[in-house]
Amino acid sequence: MTVDIGRSAITATAVRKAYGGHVVLDGIDLDIPRGSVFALLGPNGAGKTTVVQILSTLIRADAGRMRVAGHDVAAEPDAVRAAIGVTGQFSAVDGFLTGEENLLLMADLNRLPRALRRASAADLLRRFDLTEAARKPAATYSGGMRRRLDLAMTLVGRPRVIFLDEPTTGLDPRSRRTMWDIIRGLVADEGVTIFLTTQYLEEADRLADRIAVLHEGRLVAEGSPGELKRRVGAGHISLRFADRPGYERAAGLLDAVSRDDEAYTLQVPGGDVASLRALLDRVERAALTVEELQVRTPDLDDVFFALTGDVTEQETAR
Amino acid sequence: MSTVSISAADAFADSVTMLRRQLRHMLRYPALILTAAGVPVAILLLFVYVLGGALGAASGGRDAYVDYVVPGVILMTAATAAQGTAISVAIDMTEGIVARFRTMAIARVSVLTGHVLGSLIQTMLSIAAVTGVALLIGFGPSANAGEWLGAIGVLVMIILALTWLAVALAMAAKSVATASNMLTPLMILPMMGSGFVPTESMPTGLRWFAEYQPFTPFIETLRGLLMGTPIGDSALWAAGWCALITLGGFLWAKRLYNREPAK
Repeated sequence: MTVDIGRSAITATAVRKAYGGHVVLDGIDLDIPRGSVFALLGPNGAGKTTVVQILSTLIRADAGRMRVAGHDVAAEPDAVRAAIGVTGQFSAVDGFLTGEENLLLMADLNRLPRALRRASAADLLRRFDLTEAARKPAATYSGGMRRRLDLAMTLVGRPRVIFLDEPTTGLDPRSRRTMWDIIRGLVADEGVTIFLTTQYLEEADRLADRIAVLHEGRLVAEGSPGELKRRVGAGHISLRFADRPGYERAAGLLDAVSRDDEAYTLQVPGGDVASLRALLDRVERAALTVEELQVRTPDLDDVFFALTGDVTEQETAR
Repeated sequence: MSTVSISAADAFADSVTMLRRQLRHMLRYPALILTAAGVPVAILLLFVYVLGGALGAASGGRDAYVDYVVPGVILMTAATAAQGTAISVAIDMTEGIVARFRTMAIARVSVLTGHVLGSLIQTMLSIAAVTGVALLIGFGPSANAGEWLGAIGVLVMIILALTWLAVALAMAAKSVATASNMLTPLMILPMMGSGFVPTESMPTGLRWFAEYQPFTPFIETLRGLLMGTPIGDSALWAAGWCALITLGGFLWAKRLYNREPAK
């Protein structure tokens, strides 16, 4: 692949990593333009965090070449560190310190001029709606507040490339939306490049310019959210039947992509108005009694089904 | 684009920042300091009032025994504090904030120097508290100002050595509990030296060990400075042990920290 270093914030070629005999990354290529949002989508255990750890100099790749913010990751780790900010899925705040002290700690470590330290901390506290809690120990913060403080700490050093490893995992829907607004604001106001990992198709869809799907250590698809969704299709319709005979009869008539014999539930591809009308016509003609019908927009399961034919195991241990 | 390099001045500034972080932790949870001083004070009182009458019988009773035992208790305070350091380092290494530090362009070892300097201050405070109690119960040092300074200097040296060793052991340990257990022998060593009874009173094998293990020259040097007993070559041995343990602990800890975080 051709790589224009001047235009790219992150490039990677044939990156590999194995732990013992277990291959985690099996040849990853990336080329992420400056000022864009890139989402790496995959289930738990796909290797998303490993990619972030390697690109952010936390661990070394076994093979492959990478440049981040113009610097070789292996040869100039400190230059890379000076240009990046990392917010991991595990809170990287000091729980013993207050929110303000955490930000001042980052200001000191980033060697901000003395006059700017307090102003920078106050500004970030205001932007992230933490002014009221500024003098409370971070250990007392809610999950959403801690994640906001975490990201605020990342911004103290004015990074040009920001890694967000599952920034909304474990947050309630409202905190998730706040986080999305903050992330969008970062790109619009500061022109930073964001490398984001997520398990949620919706999150990648809302935030990213480009999405890559990681599956068993390889990128199995890459494209804009629109391109990806076209490949995935419209989602699926889920039908639950009252009893076994009705369920078995329906299973014979409808083109189900998956079935749950215990819950008498069938998943049928589709989800737009035309496919829904066609499905209801068939149900009507066959006089099937449907207990419950749900239309589901595409989620990560659909992406993986469409791209790999596999059904993800969301809870697979890493 | 210029390459980023971290100068010695930056490393110093980062270590001071990390020390400030440790001091804030201490101020927020002063219970830790009180425990670190409380245990050695209890040991001091135990040895002086419960065992002191019997142990001091040969040398002039309880009052003479106070003077004998205080340097040993001070060293035990340093060993107890080292265990506290090991526990706090082991806990810290499990925190996300340390992973953040690793992805920042800072002097890597500063996280550890912050812990060591913080522990040095905390241990000196504990020793001051123990010494204060000792003075109240009849400890009568003969040291002049210069000897007091010398004693403080020796203690700083010893604490740095024990703390770097504690930091390295804490990082080699797989869990916080293991880190704590690994330091327990350090607390027993002052007893297996000349801290609480003269080594001459021990059986031959143990006596040989007691005379050659590092805590005996530590205690003899400190006792010499505070009480005017002969120091001989103990000071040299103490300095040698401190240099060796500090260097070994520092290099080991640094290597363990630079190792990739375990998956």
